[in-house]
Amino acid sequence: MTTYQIAALGRGGARWSRLRRLTRGRGVLVVACAVVAVAVLAALFAPLLAPYDPDAVDPAAVYQGSSAAHWLGTDDTGRDILSRLLYGARPSLLAPAAVTLTAGLGGTVLAVSAAWLGGWYDRLVSALLDIVFGFPGLVLAVVAAAVFGAGLQVAVVTLSLAYLPYIGRVVRSAALRERNLPYVSALRMLGMSGRRICLRHLTPNLLPLVLVQVATSFGYALLDVAAFSFIGLGAQPPTAEWGLMVANGSTGILAGRAEQSLYAGAVIVVFVIACSLLGGGLSRQLLGDDR
Amino acid sequence: MIGRFVARRAAMLVATALVASVAVYGALFIAPGDPATLLIGGGKPPSPQLLAEIHRQYHLDDPFLQGYLRWLGGMLHGDAGQSLTYKDSVTHLVTERIGNTAFLVAYAAVLIIVPGVTLGTVAALRGGFGDTLVTVVTTALMAVPTFVMSVVLIWWLSVQWDWLPAYGAGEGFTGRLEHLTLPALALATAWLAYVAQVTRSAVRAELASEHVETAWARGVPERFVVRKHVLRNAAGPLFSVSGVAVAGLIAGCSIVEQAFGINGIGALLVQSAAKQDLAVVQALALITVVVFVVVNTLVDVVTAALDHRVSLEGTA
Repeated sequence: MTTYQIAALGRGGARWSRLRRLTRGRGVLVVACAVVAVAVLAALFAPLLAPYDPDAVDPAAVYQGSSAAHWLGTDDTGRDILSRLLYGARPSLLAPAAVTLTAGLGGTVLAVSAAWLGGWYDRLVSALLDIVFGFPGLVLAVVAAAVFGAGLQVAVVTLSLAYLPYIGRVVRSAALRERNLPYVSALRMLGMSGRRICLRHLTPNLLPLVLVQVATSFGYALLDVAAFSFIGLGAQPPTAEWGLMVANGSTGILAGRAEQSLYAGAVIVVFVIACSLLGGGLSRQLLGDDR
Repeated sequence: MIGRFVARRAAMLVATALVASVAVYGALFIAPGDPATLLIGGGKPPSPQLLAEIHRQYHLDDPFLQGYLRWLGGMLHGDAGQSLTYKDSVTHLVTERIGNTAFLVAYAAVLIIVPGVTLGTVAALRGGFGDTLVTVVTTALMAVPTFVMSVVLIWWLSVQWDWLPAYGAGEGFTGRLEHLTLPALALATAWLAYVAQVTRSAVRAELASEHVETAWARGVPERFVVRKHVLRNAAGPLFSVSGVAVAGLIAGCSIVEQAFGINGIGALLVQSAAKQDLAVVQALALITVVVFVVVNTLVDVVTAALDHRVSLEGTA
């Protein structure tokens, strides 16, 4: 089951809705924005910001604690943890971004065409989306890794497929409502082609909804990608990636060296909370949705 | 009415299982290169004789449909073929490990449902500071993914405090109880928090309803109001969300079993995927998907039976 399913199946939808209600003010949103911005900047400017080469092994500096030279210490092969976290932002953010954008694009195309054409095509698309929705996404990704070999690309492609229904199902029902609005029949009467109505009017009007769905699924996709790397089927060593860093560090925990795992885990948790808060804020702004 | 609903859900279940089985079996053939190399698994290029032998043994040169039906028939009869990397029958590999996984899932389910429902109910009934505390803590817990929770629990309760073992599955009932406590906790926390929040809002919704107000006005004692009017009516959503949680556990086992070195079928799935031993992956993926879908379907049917207001016409 994908992490996103957890939230989608329950009542009320969003996982953090209660927190949102507790903190009505905008202060939290500002902090969330800042967290996401810091992560994106870290990913963009990692080579400028990182004090060390993320893959540079230093046998003389294995498992060091925090110091002026290594702010967050070093890992089991003497690599600088801070540098690896900064570089790790690249695959950790890029992979879920690819997943949600692909699923967003594919889901929208399927949903709008199904709602517009109706008939057997609509029934087929809906049935397929339902079937994919009933699949545990992680299992799908594991099978793909067994066939094509472990790696981030395979994870991205399968998770994109697994995330299709989350966007497709919501957009389809919105597109069905939109299709029956008077302006659509007016446009038809003016002689506009169906393709043109879909591209120029229907899709642009659904765009805010698509954007909100993409934004809210981003955090869940990040968790799924990280979990997949954690079990060893996603990003491969020596890549610096957050989920893989949690796994790498876990060998040191029994020896009392938990820094790498805990720092990487904390980065993931903080970033995902920020993402979900932002998704909720976006949903309120764009859709006036006050869940 | 309910009969038709059950029939439609059963049809949906069979359709999903069939699509899953075709996808899982077809995975062999969409792979680049000779499917036989995937059945051998891992590393070095096999000899032509071995490839030919595998082709014969697994009927790889048969037409797709024939091969598929043979494979599916085998699965249904409990014969899932041979694993070439483990040098063992897949059925034996699975039956050897399924006990650990079942214990883990059952343990985690208890850890989710009992405290989750209790916390949510108490928070909704008492209100005030306790309510806020439960809300804040569960919201924070829900944001922690299973693999991070595993690492935190190992570090905190096993290394820092040395309370519980962090590795393996243990022997016998008490040994398992001891060894699987941390894994079950790691698996349970996010879901526990989720169940607590759903319980809280379900109970609050019932508390605010007119029949409960009437019961108060009639002077019905508190414990009767809570038991007969509030909890009874909140049972539908509680059952539904608990079932979804248990279905989620089945899929989430791989992560926890990897993190804690438990010899279960989740870890077997991940490790055989890493070795590209497709015979094992196919069998386990099919089992996991079928169990997942069956649990979800059962939950939907029971929820509908518990609450006649649930729309029996709705799709999905």
